[in-house]
Amino acid sequence: MEKLMEISHVGYSYHTLEGETPALVNINFTVHKGDFLSIVGPSGCGKSTLLSLLTGLIEPEHGSILLYGQKLFQKGSGTIGYMLQHDHLFEWRTIEKNVLLGLEIQNRLTPESREKVMDMLQRYGLYKFKDARPSQLSGGMRQRAALIRTLALEPELLLLDEPFSALDYQTRLTVGDDIGSIIKKEQKTAILVTHDLSEAVSLGNQVLILSKRPGTIKNIVPITFPEQLTPLERRNSPEFKDYFNIIWKELNSDD
Amino acid sequence: MTEISLAQQNFLSAQKRHKRTVTVSRLCVFIFFLGLWEISTRVGLIDSFIFSSPSKIFLCAYGMALDHTLFMNIGITLFETLVSFFLVILCALIVTIILWFNKHVSETLEPYLVVLNSLPKSALAPLLIVWLGANYNTIIITGMSVAIFGSILSLYSSFQSVDAEEVKLIYTLGGSKLHVLTKVVLPSSLPSLFSLMKVNIGLCLVGVIIGEFIAARAGLGYLIIYGSQVFKLDWVIMSIVILCIIAVILYQAIVAMEKLCLKHY
Repeated sequence: MEKLMEISHVGYSYHTLEGETPALVNINFTVHKGDFLSIVGPSGCGKSTLLSLLTGLIEPEHGSILLYGQKLFQKGSGTIGYMLQHDHLFEWRTIEKNVLLGLEIQNRLTPESREKVMDMLQRYGLYKFKDARPSQLSGGMRQRAALIRTLALEPELLLLDEPFSALDYQTRLTVGDDIGSIIKKEQKTAILVTHDLSEAVSLGNQVLILSKRPGTIKNIVPITFPEQLTPLERRNSPEFKDYFNIIWKELNSDD
Repeated sequence: MTEISLAQQNFLSAQKRHKRTVTVSRLCVFIFFLGLWEISTRVGLIDSFIFSSPSKIFLCAYGMALDHTLFMNIGITLFETLVSFFLVILCALIVTIILWFNKHVSETLEPYLVVLNSLPKSALAPLLIVWLGANYNTIIITGMSVAIFGSILSLYSSFQSVDAEEVKLIYTLGGSKLHVLTKVVLPSSLPSLFSLMKVNIGLCLVGVIIGEFIAARAGLGYLIIYGSQVFKLDWVIMSIVILCIIAVILYQAIVAMEKLCLKHY
């Protein structure tokens, strides 16, 4: 499979008046096209820092991040889509205006690109809410709108920063299923950061385990299920528990 | 249509009754106050030369309306207030945007703004007359001086309070700092801009009256100060009543505008 992103020897520290705090040390991994990589780790292990590095919002202090063999240019150019914890849909914009925000900012709003986004709204059941305000939508629909806003820029790589953590458990399961299948349908490569192990296993085809601060890679566990299962079906399959336990043990081992 | 239950009907009519009694009571207070004032001057309880009376005020206003001096004076004060109000909002927006774009400038200027804001601005008025002369400019700038520094400080803090994650969103969508300003900071600061406007319209009126006290030859502030000097207290009290009405109308106009603009916040 084609290499999409190569992360080699990446390190990053935070600087304050009190001193230097290393957040990430010597991170190496490769993302191939079509991958769904889940990243798990204890809180404060530098997961969000890693995502900010991958988006190009901040630059690594050590090492390099290559996208298709080229250095990542500054501040997301649209090739990398980022989905935040909260949907951050703006109440002063309609859903249509919200999902077109990225195209508008990049001056790529043409009748064709707009048509594509409207198609996506149609496909994922939001078209009839295009003139509604975000507050009129349920949490799951809002998260779907946020995903469409990200996908509108046709990113090569999708970064998901605990996108379900703000939802209640039940919604979380269905939205996770929903978002997972949309990403699969649109054939996107994705990196999901989460602290929820079952979410990581049910969505990913690889799980990357980070250690406590400063974050280093403990292990990368490949996840394979016998057939094409949806995230919800995965949760009910017998292998699920095994993977969960492997990752759980790995996460809690001290070495 | 669903049938309205008896209990709901009772509740609604009780609410209506309550509203009506409050309105009537308010009117009664007003009429009682005016009546008491009028009667006490008529029977000589208080001196109408010093305290004026509702009928004298009305006749005075009527007389001035006939020779158009009333509307001229109102118009001048209103004009000065509105000009200084719009200039305050415009300048505050421009300065705040500059401060927001440049952290170095904002950190440098912050203590100066705080000092200027805590200064009693009416103390500046005599100085402004010497510098700018006794004319409209002085009065408008006096009106602005009362509101401008506070406006910049509060607008800047509302710019600062924008959710950092929303700013991050714009950057992840490939936006620049200008996009952050136009897509997030300005729209999300609109509610605070309106509350600022509600405060400022009153402040500008105060500033303009102070300016007219010392630098004007016309306007309601001039009528008040001149009237008190020549013991035409009808003028003074009439002007104060008109100022009350103007203040309420201007405030309500902004409230109406706010309702129109902030439907979706």
